[in-house]
Amino acid sequence: MTNKWIVTGLAVFVLAVLSPFWFNMVTTTQAAPEPELLGRAKEARKCVLDKYDMRANHMSLLDEWRDAVVRDADRIYVAANGKSFHMSLSTGENSCLGCHEDKAKFCDSCHTYTSVEPYCWECHTNPKEIE
Amino acid sequence: MMEKSRRSFLKVAGIAAIGLGTAPAMNFAALDSHGTAQPVKKKNENALHAKRWGMVIYIDKVDNRIAKKISNACHVQHNVPDFTHEVDTQKFPNTRPVNPDQEIKWLWKEKFHYAFPDKEDEFLAEKFHHLPFMVLCNHCKDAPCVQACPTQATFSREDGIVLMDFHRCIGCRFCMAACPYGSRSFNFRDPRPFIAQIDPDFPVRSKGVVEKCNLCAERLAKGELPHCVEASEGALVVGDLEDPESEIREILRDNYSIRRKQSLGTEPSVYYIV
Repeated sequence: MTNKWIVTGLAVFVLAVLSPFWFNMVTTTQAAPEPELLGRAKEARKCVLDKYDMRANHMSLLDEWRDAVVRDADRIYVAANGKSFHMSLSTGENSCLGCHEDKAKFCDSCHTYTSVEPYCWECHTNPKEIE
Repeated sequence: MMEKSRRSFLKVAGIAAIGLGTAPAMNFAALDSHGTAQPVKKKNENALHAKRWGMVIYIDKVDNRIAKKISNACHVQHNVPDFTHEVDTQKFPNTRPVNPDQEIKWLWKEKFHYAFPDKEDEFLAEKFHHLPFMVLCNHCKDAPCVQACPTQATFSREDGIVLMDFHRCIGCRFCMAACPYGSRSFNFRDPRPFIAQIDPDFPVRSKGVVEKCNLCAERLAKGELPHCVEASEGALVVGDLEDPESEIREILRDNYSIRRKQSLGTEPSVYYIV
C-alpha cells in the first residue's frame, strides 16, 4: 500500500523536476541568430581568430586590444593566421566595423538575443550612423 | 571468476600507465604540426616616437584668432562638447539647461595672471595683460593626477604622455583635485547633445568620466602631428624633450622659457617662450 504512494510521489516529482524540458517540447523558441557576414567580411572569410574562437572569446580579445592600444600604443595586430588588423572597433578600413559593415546584423543581433548590453557604443561611434 | 595473479595485475597496470603518458605527448606533437604562430601586436611603421614628449608655445605668435583656431581644431576633432551649441531638441528631447560651470575643455586660452599666478609682478610688462596664453594638460614628468588616480585610469605612458583610459575612469575626480593646472574636466552629463558633428575617428565620452588633452596620442600613432600644432601656424611645436638634437631642445636652448607653477615640482612638459 505505502509502496504505491511512494511510486506515485516519485513519478510526480520527476515530472515536476523535468518541467522545463516538457515546457520546451510543447513551445517553440526562436533559434539563435547567426551573425551575418556581408560585404568585405564575406569576401575575406578570415577573421582575427577562428570562427568558434571568435564567437567564444571576442570580448577578451577586445579587452586585450584596448589595453594594447591605450597603454602600450600598439595599434596593429598581426593575427596567428598572418593577416594584420587595426586594433579598433570602428576607425579605419581594417577595424571591426571597417570589415563587418553592418553593426545591426553583426553585433546587435546576437547581443540582443542573449540580452547582453555591452557599452562600447556609448562612446565609440559607428561611422555609418553619422548622417 | 578469473584468477588474477599479482604478476598479471602489475603487467596491465604498467601498460595502462604508458597509455596515460602518451596523451600529453600526442597533444604536444599535434600542436607542433599546426605551427605555433603567435599573434603579434605592434606599432604603425610611421608612428612618431619620443622618449618624453613636450611642447613649446611661442607666446608672441598666438593672437586671439589663432588661439580660437587652435582650441577649435582640438575640440572638434576630439568630440569635446560645446555647451553654447544649440541642442537639437528633436534628437535630444528633455535636455536639461546648461550649467556653464560644468564646461569641458582640453586646450583653451587663459589670461596671464590665471595661467601664471606666481609670476604676476607688480609692474608686469603691459602686453602680458592682453596676450592669450594657451593652456592645456602639461603632461608632467611627476604628474600628481597619476598618483591620485585610484584605478590607474590616468597613467604616465612610456613616452611621457599623461594619458587617460576612459574605460577605466570611475569619475571620482581625485585627479581633478590633484591637478594644479585645472587641465581636467568632468562630464556631469551626456556630452552628445552638445557636439555639433561627431567625429567617428575618436570616441565620445560618457557621463561620469573625466577627460583632458591626450597630446593627440591617436595621431602620433599614425605619424601625424597633434591637431593644435597643425592649426597653430607655427606657434606650437612638439618634440622629444630628452633628445638634445631635437628641434624643441634647440628652441629651448636659444630662448628664455617659463613653465606653469614650476615650483610645485611636477616638471611640466609644456614650455612658454615669452
